[in-house]
Amino acid sequence: MKKQPVIILTDITKDYASEDMVTRVLHEISFRVNVGEFVAITGPSGSGKSTLLHIIGLLDLATSGTYFLHEKDVTKLTEDQQASVRNNEIGFVFQSFNLLQKANVLDNVVLPAIYAGTGKAVRETKGRTLLEKVGLADHLLKRPNQLSGGQQQRVAIARALMNDPSIILADEPTGNLDTTSGRDVMEILKSLHKEGKTIVVITHDASIANQAERIVKLRDGRIV
Amino acid sequence: MDILELLKLSINALKVNKMRSILTMLGVIIGVFAVIVLVSMGSGLKKYITDQISGLGSNLIFVIPGQVGGSRTPGGQQTNKLTINDARRLDTKLKAIADVGPVVQKPSTIKYKNKTDKQVSVLGTTSNYPDIVINAGTTRGVYFNLSQEKSGAHVTVIGKTVQERLFGDGNPIGEKISVEGKKYTIIGVMKKRGALFGIDQDNAIVIPINAATRQFGVDKVNAIYLAAKRPELVELVKKQARQALLQRLTEDDFTLQTQEQTLNTIGSVIGALTIALGGIAAISLLVGGIGVMNIMLVSVTERTKEIGLRKALGAKRSDILSQFIFEAIMLSVTGGVIGIILGLGVSVLLSQVFLSEVTPWSVFLAFLFSVAVGLIFGIAPAYRASRLSAIEALRYE
Ligand SMILES: Nc1ncnc2c1ncn2[C@@H]1O[C@H](COP(=O)(O)OP(=O)(O)O)[C@@H](O)[C@H]1O
Ligand SMILES: [Mg+2]
Repeated sequence: MKKQPVIILTDITKDYASEDMVTRVLHEISFRVNVGEFVAITGPSGSGKSTLLHIIGLLDLATSGTYFLHEKDVTKLTEDQQASVRNNEIGFVFQSFNLLQKANVLDNVVLPAIYAGTGKAVRETKGRTLLEKVGLADHLLKRPNQLSGGQQQRVAIARALMNDPSIILADEPTGNLDTTSGRDVMEILKSLHKEGKTIVVITHDASIANQAERIVKLRDGRIV
Repeated sequence: MDILELLKLSINALKVNKMRSILTMLGVIIGVFAVIVLVSMGSGLKKYITDQISGLGSNLIFVIPGQVGGSRTPGGQQTNKLTINDARRLDTKLKAIADVGPVVQKPSTIKYKNKTDKQVSVLGTTSNYPDIVINAGTTRGVYFNLSQEKSGAHVTVIGKTVQERLFGDGNPIGEKISVEGKKYTIIGVMKKRGALFGIDQDNAIVIPINAATRQFGVDKVNAIYLAAKRPELVELVKKQARQALLQRLTEDDFTLQTQEQTLNTIGSVIGALTIALGGIAAISLLVGGIGVMNIMLVSVTERTKEIGLRKALGAKRSDILSQFIFEAIMLSVTGGVIGIILGLGVSVLLSQVFLSEVTPWSVFLAFLFSVAVGLIFGIAPAYRASRLSAIEALRYE
């Protein structure tokens, strides 16, 4: 099978400007991810991993450089077009889960489908299927705070899968979890990889990074 | 995002902070309530006065001395130039198209045996008065006739109040009462006419005009009523009456006013009053709206992280905008509906004891207003929410 790049970053820089100075947190990063690849990004705290992932996920904009996603130059998209890419092509998993505490588990999972305009019946069926897949079929109507950290992260993964994105971006998904729960989450990510999803995981845990096909190391905003 | 989803979202959001939502609604509730009650009272007053004036008779034109709104006081005795002869001339000129009824009026003291009734309105007029003014006929006895009118006979038709006060249940017909010392024989009792502008129309007696001019030593009249024989003749009567009056008087000496003009004048005065009152009430609605805006701004700040998450998951600007505008509208419309229900209830209760008439337009307007309040005061907070950067909002703690 010929490897086809799905994410192509070229000379990406990111500056943060405060009142008196400009800090460059990413220095001309060039980086590709192929379709169906499982990549781990590692590096010390503050090295720019999250910033990089946010740029890949169109949550943040690079200061300069080009970014092709699925062969489209996504730096030229309007805000709404970017929202639509985030909605359809990317699934996010955050370290702190980021679930809506006021909504139940099922409502959290179907959220991306609401913004995709999917009908209620269809999205709820899909949501149940996904929650079953991550082993939470019995917790549909619970509030997130009634679940353990591991369970909450699995809800977040189900949510990331809601609109069938081809790419999953996870920022330290096991960072807030105990070892067992962390291992469960990694197993789910690995099985998603087997199903053909492209996965980029940030971690500073070597044992987790070693489960990926490829490791990219960042230090001070540069790939080393 | 579809309407149903927006509805669910906004209801949930309002339920999360119940007390806060209720307090915010209270501002709108009070505003809408005040608008409806005040407008209902204004319309009630207008209806009351309109009914009262219409009760005088249709096709009616008033000739009153002086110029309404002019430098002279209308009806002022010093400047009154309208005489009994003017009325006679009008009668001759307009015979074919109108009934003409001059009125001389003076509050006087009436005596019957040892009973005294002060401040009774003594009305000198012509024998056709019951044809001109609706509901001025007799329940008992008869009205004076043309020859009694001409000769100035000392006969009188008394009002219901006078009858009750001086005679109680007894029959007054044929009895003699004295008006400022002159004796009059009672020949009839008028139908009950009620109050006009709070003045008891039944605290009056009617005497032939020629008796009145002699009794009071005047030749001036307080008003001349012209009753057109058919509604379509009103304008013609008015035109010819003006011509006839101008032969002797100037434009400044009299005012010709049709029933319709009177109604319009009073209607516009009360209409302006109603709008002024409604406007004051609307200010409280405005204050309610500012409350909505305030709470929505707080809500947007509190939910920055939620907004970030929604954007990260694919919400467009318009999705966030509609979510928060919908929430603000929900807040003000719920308040509006409660205010409408309360306002309607109080207006209906008020209408039992006071002048109050619920007008559908004020209810509709109040509803529209509360939607508008939500929309207008919801836009700024919602816009702020929609402009938040996804990543910065997500990082917000
Ligand atoms: N909004 C911001 N404003 C200014 N500096 C920032 C901002 N976000 C991140 N940084 C800085 O950028 C650098 C990289 O941060 P980050 O990408 O979060 O690193 P990592 O995820 O590898 O720990 C850090 O030095 C951090 O302080
Ligand atoms: Mg990080």
